[in-house]
Amino acid sequence: MIDNIVDITLLSLIAIHAVAIIRMRSLFAVVMLFSGFSFLSAGLFVVMDAADVAFTEAAVGAGISTVLMLATLALTYTPAEADKEEKAPTHKPWLPLSVVFITGALLIYGTYNLPGFGDPNAPSQLHVAPYYLEKSMPETGVPNVVTAVLASYRGFDTLGEVTVIFTAGIAVLLIIGGRRRVKSKIEKNGGDREA
Amino acid sequence: MDMILGHYNYWMVIIIMMAGFYTVISRGNLVKKIVGLNIFQVSVFLLYISIGNVKDGATPIIEKGVDLYSNPLPHVLILTAIVVGVATTALGLALVVRIKEAYGTIEEDDIHNQDQSL
Repeated sequence: MIDNIVDITLLSLIAIHAVAIIRMRSLFAVVMLFSGFSFLSAGLFVVMDAADVAFTEAAVGAGISTVLMLATLALTYTPAEADKEEKAPTHKPWLPLSVVFITGALLIYGTYNLPGFGDPNAPSQLHVAPYYLEKSMPETGVPNVVTAVLASYRGFDTLGEVTVIFTAGIAVLLIIGGRRRVKSKIEKNGGDREA
Repeated sequence: MDMILGHYNYWMVIIIMMAGFYTVISRGNLVKKIVGLNIFQVSVFLLYISIGNVKDGATPIIEKGVDLYSNPLPHVLILTAIVVGVATTALGLALVVRIKEAYGTIEEDDIHNQDQSL
């Protein structure tokens, strides 16, 4: 019961953050609200028994993402316009609003056939998950099943993930690494920071 | 009541997802678009973790005396997705910085005006 209450409270707070981000104009406030949004979702991951995901979300989602966004704001706006606001939208919101409402209504209609939240007999709980829960300890000797799957059973997938990050890092360096020849008013060192 | 408690997570996830989607398609500021994309992404993480949750289950770290665990496989998938998501965010933000240099603005309308593409 207490789990349900915490779950509902955190989810509502996350939704409020998301709506506040839409309505906020100041970009700095938007980035800070996004950081809070990520931390709240990390808390929710803990409630839903996903400790490893919560660690990663708090460190990477709330930490590194926020730092990258703040760095981008610092590079795109001069100190004089530090509390810069985004321009008021020039279009009427009706078209995007109707697209969003139709999509949302279809998705909610789709959830009616999903098994309930926390149902131990849901198909996703009965397929291969019991195998890993029973065998990972004797086969790999790692008590944390998530780590065992990530680093041992699916080690090559994790290697592929590292390749993706490496590619993204190279791409970032190629896009903004060689930009010192471009004339600029402010001192910029974003290339080092992204690396 | 069972229906509401059993599906509350999915509905809220969809609301958060649509909030992110709306930010992406209705706002012209590129940094805000990327924040919207991240909100969309986090909502998908929440959906996966909700599906993996088992009522009264423990965190999937094997321990004596515990025999009901949550499903570890969505956790593995989402762990990978979070890290890849940050890589794509970094790439998107680098493109924003580059666009600012080329056009002097990160507002979509101004960029279209300069290109006379709308």
